[in-house]
Amino acid sequence: MKPAWSVILLTTLIGAAQGLFLAGFLSGGPRLFALIALALAAAGLAASFFHLGRPERAWRSAAMWRTSWLSREVIVLPAFMAAVAAWAVFPEPWIGWIGVALAIALFVCTGMIYACLKFLQEWHTPLTVVNYTALGIASGTTLAAVLMPSFIPAALAAGALAWALRLASLARNARLRPKSTLATAIGVKHPRIRQIAQGAMGGSFNTREFFHGRPREVVLAARWALVALVFPAPALLLLLGQPAAAFLAQYAGLIAERWYFFADARHPQNLYYQAIA
Amino acid sequence: MSKQLALVIDLNVCVGCHACVTSCKEWNTQGSAGPLTDQNPYGADPSGTFFNRVQTFEVGEFPRTETVHFPKSCLHCEDPPCVPVCPTGASYKRAEDGIVLVDYDKCIGCKYCSWACPYGARELDGEQKVMKKCTLCVDRIYDQALPPAERKPACVLACPTSARIFGDIHDPASEASRAIREQGGYALMPEWGTQPANHYLPRRKTAKQIHPDELERHDNPLKVDGKLPRPATGEPALDDVTSW
Amino acid sequence: MEAEVKTTTCYMCACRCGIRVHLQDGKVRYIDGNPAHPLNKGVICAKGASGIMKQVSPARLTHPLRRKPGAERGAGDFERISWEEAFSVLETRLKAIRASDPKRFALFTGRDQMQALTGLFARQFGTPNYAAHGGFCSVNMAAGMIYTIGGSFWEFGGPDLERAKLFVMLGTAEDHHSNPLKIAISAFKRRGGRFVSVNPVRTGYSAIADEWVPIRPGTDGALLLALNHEIVAQGLYDRPFVARYTNGGQLVVVDPASPRHGLFALDEGADPVNPLYPQNQLWWDRASGGPVLTHTPESDPALFGDFRLADGTRVRPAFQLLAERLQAHTPEWAEKITGVPAATIRRLAHEMGVTARDEKIELPIAWTDCWGNEHQTVTGNPVAFHAMRGLAAHSNGFHTVRSLAILMSLLGTIDRPGGFRHKAPFPRAIPPSAKTPTGPESVRPNTPLAGLALGWPGSPEDLFVDADGGPVRIDKGFSWEYPLSVHGLMHNVVANAWRGDPYRLDTLMIFMANMAWNSAMNTTETRRMLNDRDVDGEYKIPFLVVCDAFQSETTAFADLVLPDTTYLERHDVMSMLDRPISEFEGPVDSVRVPVVPPLGECKPFQEVLIELGGRLGLPAFTNRDGSRRYKDYPDFIVRHETEPGSGIGFLAGWRGADGTKSMRGEPNPAQWERYAENDCVFRHELAPSYRYMRNWNRGYMEWAQRARLRRWGDPVLVHLYSEVLQRFRLAAQGKWPGRQPPEALRSRVDRFFDPLPFWFPPLEHQFTDLERYPLAAITQRPMAMYHSWDSQNAWLRQIHAHNYLFINPATAIAQRIADGSWLRVESPWGSVRCMARHSEALEPGTVWTWNAIGKHEGAWALAPDANEFTRGFILNSLISDELPGGISNSDPVTGQAGWYDVRVRIAPA
Repeated sequence: MKPAWSVILLTTLIGAAQGLFLAGFLSGGPRLFALIALALAAAGLAASFFHLGRPERAWRSAAMWRTSWLSREVIVLPAFMAAVAAWAVFPEPWIGWIGVALAIALFVCTGMIYACLKFLQEWHTPLTVVNYTALGIASGTTLAAVLMPSFIPAALAAGALAWALRLASLARNARLRPKSTLATAIGVKHPRIRQIAQGAMGGSFNTREFFHGRPREVVLAARWALVALVFPAPALLLLLGQPAAAFLAQYAGLIAERWYFFADARHPQNLYYQAIA
Repeated sequence: MSKQLALVIDLNVCVGCHACVTSCKEWNTQGSAGPLTDQNPYGADPSGTFFNRVQTFEVGEFPRTETVHFPKSCLHCEDPPCVPVCPTGASYKRAEDGIVLVDYDKCIGCKYCSWACPYGARELDGEQKVMKKCTLCVDRIYDQALPPAERKPACVLACPTSARIFGDIHDPASEASRAIREQGGYALMPEWGTQPANHYLPRRKTAKQIHPDELERHDNPLKVDGKLPRPATGEPALDDVTSW
Repeated sequence: MEAEVKTTTCYMCACRCGIRVHLQDGKVRYIDGNPAHPLNKGVICAKGASGIMKQVSPARLTHPLRRKPGAERGAGDFERISWEEAFSVLETRLKAIRASDPKRFALFTGRDQMQALTGLFARQFGTPNYAAHGGFCSVNMAAGMIYTIGGSFWEFGGPDLERAKLFVMLGTAEDHHSNPLKIAISAFKRRGGRFVSVNPVRTGYSAIADEWVPIRPGTDGALLLALNHEIVAQGLYDRPFVARYTNGGQLVVVDPASPRHGLFALDEGADPVNPLYPQNQLWWDRASGGPVLTHTPESDPALFGDFRLADGTRVRPAFQLLAERLQAHTPEWAEKITGVPAATIRRLAHEMGVTARDEKIELPIAWTDCWGNEHQTVTGNPVAFHAMRGLAAHSNGFHTVRSLAILMSLLGTIDRPGGFRHKAPFPRAIPPSAKTPTGPESVRPNTPLAGLALGWPGSPEDLFVDADGGPVRIDKGFSWEYPLSVHGLMHNVVANAWRGDPYRLDTLMIFMANMAWNSAMNTTETRRMLNDRDVDGEYKIPFLVVCDAFQSETTAFADLVLPDTTYLERHDVMSMLDRPISEFEGPVDSVRVPVVPPLGECKPFQEVLIELGGRLGLPAFTNRDGSRRYKDYPDFIVRHETEPGSGIGFLAGWRGADGTKSMRGEPNPAQWERYAENDCVFRHELAPSYRYMRNWNRGYMEWAQRARLRRWGDPVLVHLYSEVLQRFRLAAQGKWPGRQPPEALRSRVDRFFDPLPFWFPPLEHQFTDLERYPLAAITQRPMAMYHSWDSQNAWLRQIHAHNYLFINPATAIAQRIADGSWLRVESPWGSVRCMARHSEALEPGTVWTWNAIGKHEGAWALAPDANEFTRGFILNSLISDELPGGISNSDPVTGQAGWYDVRVRIAPA
């Protein structure tokens, strides 16, 4: 898949927002946490509009909440933001708990947007939801540590857990064998099939949306960046008492993680777009 | 059972001429699904929205190579993964005939449905920024102003090898159902359970066996001109030594 | 909104399908196939369905243009002028030429479908220098077949796939007759017919063949000879057919000392019936054991043997000579040349022979042959063939095509159900009666040419040469260099005119031919020549007029550009005088009618010719008093007759004052309306008994004479043995009583005018170091593009934006050329950079690419960074029009451009 910057920003920003809110509320932290979470979520929401071809119709996207995880996310995200805002104004515990429930629901919605696509084998795993949740909490907690150094141990713990889970998903995906092959794609049972022409030579939506077009080195670099920046580097910085640097490093790691998340996913449609002539 | 309209594409006769590609573009860009815009039409890497493309694959190694021309458009899955993911309801499957359609007025261009299609059947229009795909020429096939023989998708009418059979695959008597049943019609990527309505018919081979005796028959013309002797009578034969 | 629907005829390629154009507010909204049209029956191809984009192409020419004073040719720097200025420039210039030396005006045309008119104009002007693009395209297919069976493929005839059981396609054939052939192949396969494709490349129609037989380019002749060998060796030929309907039983004089050596022995006492096509040859009757006049009732010719006539003349049946010729051409011999295993060749020959013999078709149709024998049925041997440029575009193509026609004849498949069938006006006599003038005295000032510019020579006396045997035509057509160049040699024109060999031209007019690009061999040199000046500063080709609807590589070189209309904006006729769209069942002709007004100041080229014809006072276009005779082209079509009162005009339908006559009749003023009302098509269905065996069908022949398709009603025997070729050979050997070739050409004519088919390596291979250039390079035409014509089409160019060189992976890897990488492909004549695409569907000794996708920068109104020139290429820049020693790279019999013969090597770039 081609990593979409709007989606990368959306998911990383709201993830941090959810994590920060959870950290703040559950530890009885100050309302500032909620305000910052709200700002991050709003930035994420703004970024998401750039993903849409017709952003002026975005309001329509809540319609299909019965079937569409995207629709659900579209409902839950503003709801979460509303709850956070409400709690910031009226710090009643029950409002906070609604916020917690919505934060968790939002993690599930965001993760399920990807995890529910069964033929994107790299995404179609509970680990996708788990990773979105764990990485969001980790980045939120690290940000909390920037605001209050007392969160450093929690940030270390959340980071370690998220890192371990993400490594688990890397390990899982490394072992994946694509279920679809050229043989199933065109229905000809033969081990040696090659595409010669895809019917368009100047590119198409199919070549632009589903291929990152970057050399293998870039993809590997993104993976190394995620491995190094999601936990080891920020952990070191946290231990050195540099929580702000730690957050920035980790956030960069999440950008790399999310970029790699997309680039790593091999869409079966790509079987049909291998060659031109 | 309700209707499920579909195309059955006969790879046995498709020569890869692209007639279905441009006739589809031509009909739909001027019809109710249009316009299908083009980007950079006279410049570098021209690109545009098409509902249908013909691809080419090579199977096997020289000299046992098959060249397969492969038209590809929306398969109108019976269980279309693109529909439930759509957040606005723009993507839908019609109950009455099984056609999967996009309501351009509702589409927000989030592209999620295209991610959810394993076949790459959907294309976001480069100018209009809404998702587009094959409609089975829904604005033709029910048009009472057209003669009944022409109430078919434009690609079907255009195809010079009649490699595209259009019909209701839930009606066992339809030409499409018969073709699937009798000629080994198959679906693409069955591993995902999408149950594509469109089917493909495989290559069929006609071979000829010749018995060596066929080459030297009583009526061989070389015998007329004395170039090939008639069977000898003067040599020993089984007849001479068997008496029961 | 109510849409208007008009029917007309497509012109996105030369196939000529019927289309319906749907208009809204006068604008074209949709074009689909016309279901009522006999050719395409409602289907349409990728090009036809993209016709709408031609109307909006930015490459459209909309005004007459004149090269700006001081601007270089090729720069495309023009100024607009009015039509009046354009006509007056042309009138002044052409009048002067016509009054002095008409041959200094040359008219060459490309993909036009109006050769009857362009040819008439040239003839009336008085210039011999006229031809269309056939010499480049497929003249070998036309000449090789017509000189053998009196018909050929495409417009002339084709495979009867409705009844065939085995269909063998040789070489690239996607170029011609595309939709009808696609329809037929599909139905044929669905009926369970077996389809074998012989081709170096497996693409297009070959993709769906039941068997693909990869072959080295230029070696098809060897394969065909071996197939013929096996058919004869196994006795799989149709003896009754060969004996009665070919010249196989006719006795040939075998006496190297005699001036009649190799000619047919004649019964001088018998009536030749028609001295032009004598019928007093002899058979050796098997029953009586002596010579008899051919087709003597109750007789049956010996096909083998060595006999002496009463006067002691030694004779052999032509079939015996053919069998002797085939003797050495074994499948093992052919395997070494073609790369096709001998066992495969044998198997294919057996399949053909046994299918033809054992799966016979008998139609209950009674007919009478030319000798008066009544037949109760029509027999078919259901083996059909098809071939076009793949066989033709080689310098050995003529004999290759002859070998194919002979194979089809041995199998007894000529104009029979399930085999090959003619389309009116074919079959024609062998050779057809149309002839060119025979000497330079026929080219006279202010006088129409005494004969046609193109014809069908039957002997050296028919050549168009001067007293020294030198050419009269600029392209040296019908000279001893290419005696049977029946479609001319467009590819020689620019080089010959530039060099002044045989002479200089003044004005070269080009219609719809991209001669500065893909319709040239050696594109690079051609472009240089078009721009080259003499010592006096004058261009070597002083005045270049190009008429085209689109801005092409060639229009850039023009001094005067005339903007043609598109096919939706004009009248056209697909005439019986040219190449109609006839079907097996009878003559069919068709028209185009304008469905939208011309863009800008576009004017159909026909109108230009009618106007010029009037201004120049050409007799066919003017009244006795010198005034212009025709208001416009439609008026010309309706009123023109081949001779005053002949009743034969451009269109065969709805003739006669009231429109009730067909084929022949007085002009009908309402003829266009009748066509427009009838889907723009006229069909005449022949009576069933006239639809088969037409070469020898008395009923058909007499009908054709009544309809004036033919002058003579003589049977057209298949020329297994070509006496026509032998006449030229005798001349080369000094034994012919008439004209003789110049000394320098004697051995060439002697070698190549063999009355029996033979195979020789393409001329270019004989001059090339085949180890240094180990690969053959060829092109195929993609089905979604018509030559260079569609890169301006916004939809079609998305399908073929640039082209790759296809290379077998084994070949590519040996040269370390990765799939998708850049490489340099080099021939002895040039080199070009291009991109590689590995392909398993390709004979390893061959590389290929799609034809004419690469474009010159700036042409066709494409942006400077368009794929066509940043990544595309054309193979023509690697091809040479000449070989060392000044020999043209053309077939020595017909002059067909040998542009599929080039050899190359490849290296990473």
